[in-house]
Amino acid sequence: MLGGRYSVNGKSQKYTEKPIKILLAKPAIDGHDRGIFVLARAFRDAGMEVIYAGLLPTPEEVVETAINEDVDVIALSLLNGAHMTAFKNVMNILNKKGIRDIAVVGGGIIPDIDKPKLEKMGITGNYGPGTKLNIIIEHVKKRAGEVRKMRENEYK
Amino acid sequence: MVDSFWDAKINEIEKSFKKNNDYEMWKNNTLTEWNKKTGYKEKGYTNSSYMKIKELYTKEDLPDNFDKALGYPGEYPYTRGVYPNMYRGRPWTMRMFSGFGTPDDTNKRLKYLIKNGETGLSIAFDMPTLYGYDCDNGRSAGEVGKCGVNVSSLYDMERIFEGIDLSKISTSMTINAPAAILTAMYFVLAEKKNVELTKIAGTVQADILKEYIAQKEWMYPPEAHLRLIRDMLVYSTKNVPKWNYISVSGYHIREAGSSAVQELAFTLADGFYYIDMGIDAGLDIDDFAPRMSFFFNSSINFFEEIAKFRAARRIWATVLKEKYGAKNPRSMQLKFHTQTSGYTLTWQQPLNNIIRTTIEAMAAILGGTQSLHTNSYDEAWALPTDEAVKVALRTQHIIAEESGIADVIDPLGGSYYLERLTSEMEEETYKYFSEIEKLGGILDAVKKGYIQKEIAETSYKKQLRIENMEDTIVGVNKYIEKDEKPINILKIEDIAEQNQIRKLREIKNQRDTKKVRESLNKLRTAMEDENTNLMPYLMDCVRNYATIEEISNVGREIFGEWKEPKIY
Repeated sequence: MLGGRYSVNGKSQKYTEKPIKILLAKPAIDGHDRGIFVLARAFRDAGMEVIYAGLLPTPEEVVETAINEDVDVIALSLLNGAHMTAFKNVMNILNKKGIRDIAVVGGGIIPDIDKPKLEKMGITGNYGPGTKLNIIIEHVKKRAGEVRKMRENEYK
Repeated sequence: MVDSFWDAKINEIEKSFKKNNDYEMWKNNTLTEWNKKTGYKEKGYTNSSYMKIKELYTKEDLPDNFDKALGYPGEYPYTRGVYPNMYRGRPWTMRMFSGFGTPDDTNKRLKYLIKNGETGLSIAFDMPTLYGYDCDNGRSAGEVGKCGVNVSSLYDMERIFEGIDLSKISTSMTINAPAAILTAMYFVLAEKKNVELTKIAGTVQADILKEYIAQKEWMYPPEAHLRLIRDMLVYSTKNVPKWNYISVSGYHIREAGSSAVQELAFTLADGFYYIDMGIDAGLDIDDFAPRMSFFFNSSINFFEEIAKFRAARRIWATVLKEKYGAKNPRSMQLKFHTQTSGYTLTWQQPLNNIIRTTIEAMAAILGGTQSLHTNSYDEAWALPTDEAVKVALRTQHIIAEESGIADVIDPLGGSYYLERLTSEMEEETYKYFSEIEKLGGILDAVKKGYIQKEIAETSYKKQLRIENMEDTIVGVNKYIEKDEKPINILKIEDIAEQNQIRKLREIKNQRDTKKVRESLNKLRTAMEDENTNLMPYLMDCVRNYATIEEISNVGREIFGEWKEPKIY
């Protein structure tokens, strides 16, 4: 199923040549979108293709959009304290579907104590307020590179 | 093209600015030479609204009509304040925004604050409540009681206000999408406590336009929410005379990233929309305009904020009088609540936030606010602890009772810089009104995403300025410390969620289900007729302990849902 995603107009294409595609989502009941809009703009200016999931998507909807849009990275943000439940739900759904080639990064108001737990689930970054955009962009590029490599290896 | 009201105002202000020859001379002869010696920032200085700030203001910077535009406190155009004696007659209300966990947790916090000298209540609700979901909905998992208190039914309101006399203290509720439901709950609660509706006082935020603009908390399409606001407006104008049925809010617009001018312009434009709505509902402007209140942000650029508050009063008074023909002075008086800026609080070196909040609180007082919430230093980390809230409240006590700042009315009035800035902000605001009018009014401008885009643009620009070190944030991009030590924060136990769900189940078992169904059915029929006022029907539903989600779902069926315009 994943094989089809690797060709464009029948021609196989190297991932490094395509812009990184990233889905930005707040997968819970949280409308604080200042940060995510700043990121949307910054990712776009960094040459990425950006999709915003809109207001209050469920974790199921986030994963569905990520698959349909064939993204490299899902960036999750929450400022309402529900990250331990909501981020985990997104990961669980991805795991259940056996999807390993979409990177998941996180951010928002995340207490230090939660960060290792999120990392363990596979959600990296987990940046808080005041983080430089460049640091976040570089992290996304790194994670996108990893999953693209994984896809290329699978495709070979 | 015929000049609109707004364009005429822009002209008027523009004409009141004169050329400042003495300043130019000083600049050329003295300043420029000196600058060469000391060095200076060639790019110049701006405020949050990207207005150019000069290094010096003189008498010549005062607008021509300065005396008239300034006036006296308690007199039109209220630039210096809405009351003749301002804080000498009545100190501002110290109203701390509070709510977390279960209704019992919040009741305890409210009583703690009252004991410590708070003079008005302000309730924060959690995300499920704000979006009209019950605590036992799957979507609420992990969010119950996290960002505020959870209210699923009237029972929860009874617990929050247990032992609090509703006839003695006013209550502000930050609730928007389900505002009419919570208002109905508060009215029914008063009934149950045998307090007449004419005796209760308070404010419900309810401003839905700014939700589509900034805070993004809605359930239905704009027209449906606007109708509910109309119903609250009409009902309370007739039955609950001390109830501020709406608090037109710039706070969230600012937090979403706008500049001070954008906050001012978009908030007042929303306010005019609600004025039009009341008139369209057949009310006399002077009957309902006096109960319209406002809510602004006080951010860190001290003079810009003070100028914003003063400009807000002058614009509101001018437009209500000249454009709408209001006669009642109270219709023209813009009264507002202020909250210090959450955005300016830093996670890094949190104690510095006490200073930021103090500066912002001073700006609010010097700007003539009617009530104030001061943020706690730990709020970039979590909801505040008792200790942090107390420091924030004491900040207000120190300003009010030690500093002397509140002893004189509008003590900065007449400052060359402040007066000029007030007029310039006024002009910039009128320019936005003119632009919004060209887009077909504020509702269309919001539906098209124009306002949202303007804010996102400013927000991004600000972020880049911080990253490029053009704007300093102490502890974030300058004076950074390598090892940030964690601070003691308020932890909301998951037990709050379980308790709420258990309680809700009990309530659902105890209530008369037939009555619940009947009242919900009647509400449905009433919703279908656009001309019916929904307040009595909502009050019936909550009286029977219909839950917030059951009531909201009737609206979801009738009105449908809403997808925001894409701005990215």
